[in-house]
Amino acid sequence: MTDHTVKSYDEELAHLTGIIARMGGLAEAQFTSALHSLVKRDDELASRVVAGDQRIDEMDHEVQSFAVRLLALRQPMAADLRLIVSAMNISGEIERVADYAANLAKRALILNHLPASVPVAGVARLAELVRSVLKDILDAYIERDVEKAIRVWSRDEEVDAMYNGVFKELIDRMTEDSGAITASTHLLFIAKNIERIGDHATNIAETLHFQIVGTPPQGERPKGNTVGVPQ
Amino acid sequence: MTDMARTNTAARTAQSVSARLGRRYAAERTFRLLGLGALLISLGFLVILLSSIFAKGWTGFIQTQVALEITFDTQVIDPEGSRDPAALDTADYAALVRSALSLRLAPEADRGARRELTALISTGAANQLRHMLAAEPDLMGTTHTVWLTASDKLDMVIKGQVPRQVGAEGNTLSDRQLGWVSALETGGNIRKAFNTTFFTAGDSREPEQAGIWGAVVGSFFSLAVTLLVSFPLGVATAVYLEEFAPTNRWTNLIEVNINNLAAVPSVVFGLLGLAVFLNLFHMPRSAPLVGGLVLALICLPTIIIAGRAALKAVPPSIRQAAAGLGASRLQVVVHHVLPLSMPGMLTGTILGMARALGETAPLLMIGMVAFIVDIPKGPLDPAAVLPVQVYLWAGSSERAFVEKTSAAIIVLLLFLVAMNMVAIMLRKKFERRW
Amino acid sequence: MTHFLPEGTVKIAAQNLGVFYGEKQALHAINLDIRAGEVTALIGPSGCGKSTFLRCINRMNDMVDGARVEGSLTLDGNDIYDRGIDVVQLRARVGMVFQKPNPFPKSIYDNVAYGPRIHGMAKDQTELDEIVMNSLEKAGLLGEVEDRLSESGTSLSGGQQQRLCIARAIAVSPEIILMDEPCSALDPIATAKVEELIDELRENFTIVIVTHSMQQAARVSQRTAFFHLGKVVEMGDTEQIFTNPQHTLTQGYITGRFG
Repeated sequence: MTDHTVKSYDEELAHLTGIIARMGGLAEAQFTSALHSLVKRDDELASRVVAGDQRIDEMDHEVQSFAVRLLALRQPMAADLRLIVSAMNISGEIERVADYAANLAKRALILNHLPASVPVAGVARLAELVRSVLKDILDAYIERDVEKAIRVWSRDEEVDAMYNGVFKELIDRMTEDSGAITASTHLLFIAKNIERIGDHATNIAETLHFQIVGTPPQGERPKGNTVGVPQ
Repeated sequence: MTDMARTNTAARTAQSVSARLGRRYAAERTFRLLGLGALLISLGFLVILLSSIFAKGWTGFIQTQVALEITFDTQVIDPEGSRDPAALDTADYAALVRSALSLRLAPEADRGARRELTALISTGAANQLRHMLAAEPDLMGTTHTVWLTASDKLDMVIKGQVPRQVGAEGNTLSDRQLGWVSALETGGNIRKAFNTTFFTAGDSREPEQAGIWGAVVGSFFSLAVTLLVSFPLGVATAVYLEEFAPTNRWTNLIEVNINNLAAVPSVVFGLLGLAVFLNLFHMPRSAPLVGGLVLALICLPTIIIAGRAALKAVPPSIRQAAAGLGASRLQVVVHHVLPLSMPGMLTGTILGMARALGETAPLLMIGMVAFIVDIPKGPLDPAAVLPVQVYLWAGSSERAFVEKTSAAIIVLLLFLVAMNMVAIMLRKKFERRW
Repeated sequence: MTHFLPEGTVKIAAQNLGVFYGEKQALHAINLDIRAGEVTALIGPSGCGKSTFLRCINRMNDMVDGARVEGSLTLDGNDIYDRGIDVVQLRARVGMVFQKPNPFPKSIYDNVAYGPRIHGMAKDQTELDEIVMNSLEKAGLLGEVEDRLSESGTSLSGGQQQRLCIARAIAVSPEIILMDEPCSALDPIATAKVEELIDELRENFTIVIVTHSMQQAARVSQRTAFFHLGKVVEMGDTEQIFTNPQHTLTQGYITGRFG
């Protein structure tokens, strides 16, 4: 699409999407660092992740107030309107993602002080999958790529399936070894949070679709079993 | 652009502006002075023109009169004592004046002296006496002091327009006559009174008996004809051209021609009138009807142009509003456009009429230059008009017609000013804002 | 209104409508339906033909020399440009409100009474009074001018003048009211009053409004048509046009990205 006749309007929209892009990058980094702190049992890294969440909260506030300002002063229409409303939405989703990352780091701090009785490999694999999903959707946002967003949207099933596997594995572990219940429970929550991050990525995909095309993605979202009960 | 550069540019601009400021103001001052000068020069000419006319003309409104003891002698007027009005009407009243004169100034005058005596009093004095007696038959046989109109020669001398000196330029009175004048003056028998004759009489060969009323009535009839013909025609033409006619080559051609007609010398219209109204239609010569028709032709382009301008000045939004409500084209024009443009049209018409009032040349072509004594009773009677009267008097040889000419010009100017005032008042009164 | 059609019926339909001013073609093959009981907004850049289209509906273009129309434009199924249709009658059915408030330089009463008078709508003075009062009431102006009906219409404020013009239009009881940028000369408060009025009038009239203000089109209309270079680029529900226009030109125009 061509530029606005009023150039400063373009600059303001670019500024808004720029904050979101940086925020997304930051949230992704937080998530990665939280995982590292879990796998490597790195307390210091986990603490940094917990502390870093505040920055993302601030960025979300910045997005919200800047978007309101644009709505009031520019009275956007059509694509511009959708872009700004979506930005408010996506910013909220990213903020939630960062929250989960921080929560993961907090649990990592607890797990690090428990004996390493439970292997974290399954959770790490799930995390790796979700991380790629998150990266894809953030790339799609920056590139305004609807195709990529639809692909992310349909990968939710894959995430759910893997989460169910991890869930089952951890339940089995708890029934086998009652001493591992504490650690397993924490890991269970971590897995759940990671799965939630995947859901937020899916939400971002939906919002992005609306922003670009003007409608939500067509058809029922392929939904796996999220409760973790084998079907 | 950096801030530094911007500051520099701003400073440079300020510098170059202030450098030229002085010259700019000087140029403006010079221009204003030139304009003021031009205004003063034209104003000066106007003042010179008006003051010379008034200086020459105001005496035209005054007339010298001579008091004489008139005896309405029954022997002279009605020797048979029949008191028959027809006989009274044809009686020799001039004899009464003659005898009164000789009685007062030279009882033993011979024939030559008597002729010189009578030359002091206007030939109209006899008429004056006749009217007196007709109004009051009881005067018969009595003697009264009557103020009689002086002759133009005496008038000139009394007003000081010609020197009191025999043989001097313009003076036609003899030594003996001047002596009588002094005698009358010392006896208090000469006075200067308001010249009612000037405003009530028609033209005359005798300056003291000449008036402009005939010309005023003639002008009135002419202008009435002009108004009746040119206003409806002009308004109708303007409305048709502006509101109804399509814009094409023909209407453009007509428009150009109308504009050109406004600039055609008026004498050409006179020739047209001569050829068409007199030679073709055999209308009466010297009649206000024909004069009015010719003047109407002269006025028409002015009225049409002014009318179109007035119609154009009505905002199209009013037309659209009316049309949008379902008014037909004619309704739009009659209900809205015409009433709104009427003040402008009237102004244009009055200005056109004012021009027509001052036209001389075209009327000369249709014979309105004849010497006409009677006051016209209708537009078909022969008549003169004001500017033609001025023209006629200006060409007369008698010294006394000079002041009459200027006096007539003053009257004409007053009419023109009055008409322009009406035009201005109309414009002010009906001026509307949208 | 006895002649009122149920909401949503097609009131005015243009099919392949083309308009020429001399050699210049102002409208190209317009296909457009205007539904009864709705406010239809016509938007588009200057010179796009939206006003031309509006002025076709009451044949205001007839007043322009050299204007020519082809294709069909129907009102309740009858061709507006049919020989059998009388312009005066058509304009009694299709009222119009103009860009600049243009009250007649007559009294407020006479302004409103003019239409009913020329169409002979009132049998006597009482009936005429009633029509005038009703129209002023409907235009939301009665309270403001009740005690000065004999004052000149031009003495009112701009917003009041425009509402007077609306009262004048509805005094003829038209079925359709055309509005050509009715608020472009008004301040925001007067604009809001006129917009509120438009919303109320929708109950009884079909309204077509040309506007340069996208916000206004969005606020008052149910359907919006976007004109560009003498063509209808997009026509749809106002909501859809302003949130998700289908055509890039529409998108460009309403978001301020016009070349």
